[in-house]
Amino acid sequence: MYPYVTVTSVVALKYKDGILMAADMGGSYGSTLRYKSVERMKPIGKHSLLGASGEISDFQEILKYLDELILYDNMWDDGNSLGPKEVHNYLTRVMYNRRNKFNPLWNSLVLGGVKKGEKYLGTVSMIGVNFEDNHVATGFGNHLARPILRQEWHENLSFEDGVKILEKCMRVLLYRDRSAVNKLQIAKITEEGVTISQPYSLKTYWEFSAFENPTQGAVGSW
Amino acid sequence: MASSGFQADVKALQKHLAARHLIYQHQHNKQMSCPAMAQLLSNTLYYKRFFPYYSFNVLGGLDNEGKGCVFTYDAVGSYEKVGYSSQGSGSTLIMPFLDNQLKSPSPLLLPAQDAVTPLAEAEAIDLVKTVFASASERDIYTGDKLEIVVINADGIRREYMDLRKD
Repeated sequence: MYPYVTVTSVVALKYKDGILMAADMGGSYGSTLRYKSVERMKPIGKHSLLGASGEISDFQEILKYLDELILYDNMWDDGNSLGPKEVHNYLTRVMYNRRNKFNPLWNSLVLGGVKKGEKYLGTVSMIGVNFEDNHVATGFGNHLARPILRQEWHENLSFEDGVKILEKCMRVLLYRDRSAVNKLQIAKITEEGVTISQPYSLKTYWEFSAFENPTQGAVGSW
Repeated sequence: MASSGFQADVKALQKHLAARHLIYQHQHNKQMSCPAMAQLLSNTLYYKRFFPYYSFNVLGGLDNEGKGCVFTYDAVGSYEKVGYSSQGSGSTLIMPFLDNQLKSPSPLLLPAQDAVTPLAEAEAIDLVKTVFASASERDIYTGDKLEIVVINADGIRREYMDLRKD
């Protein structure tokens, strides 16, 4: 079992009013950039937002499972609705059980949301590793974005500051992750609901002297 | 219950035991004693003997008489009641130190220092902090924060300590 069409990092953080999540729109087929308008953040029910990296077809299957989950929840018609904690728990069980059957869903998921004023941000990987935190990332984002988030995140970020930090992370990923593309969306979820931005691109600067002359300080012949 | 190993299995195992503990409370109208939980953990681990929980556990708590006990496990449920233990990537670094500090150098010497001889709470906590500070020197997997859970007659409390601040 290995992935065919893959998408790269998701980065997300908690801010004053809820959760902000960012993901680019590239879908790679091995080393080919096959798809350039992949939407990989989707609202789930009334209170959650799911972002995924990894195999796209497995993400679509997960959306199908969640559709059914939300449907059955709505059919109770009891005034109660699944919050982000519950959806994250469900996804964790699905991913872990598939891993135990040696047939994983090849995704790393980020699940964020707000219910009754309580913000929640969690992640679950294809092998079932799961946790919640104030800021999370998948794939390369773990290595490149989380150090930035650890330094710059604080409680009660404003929307503008949150977006600034996410854009900083996405820019670094764009420079250094070969499967990243310069077309991204930022999604916001608050008590009021989900907003996913129109696709846009980041300004980049390639004239850094370190880029121009990468081997300047290098020891050795290459 | 403190666990080291594969996080997803650790979470699943701890969730399983928490559920079983809740059922026990419903059925017996009391909390599980540490020795009871010790047996349950062993059985739970051995149940998956041929597809183990990749989880290395140390169980600590109070027995029915209110005395402290520590149980140490391997991934498939072998367990033993001990005075002290360590598991995980830093255990090879920690265990010899604990043996040195807490174990009788020889059974022939008097007075016999025994692992069961209790340390004062403050001494014990200090030892734990020292041990993790040492482990973090050489074990790359030891993280940058330590959580200490203290269980005594007054209840359960947690202490935290930053590691690797150098």
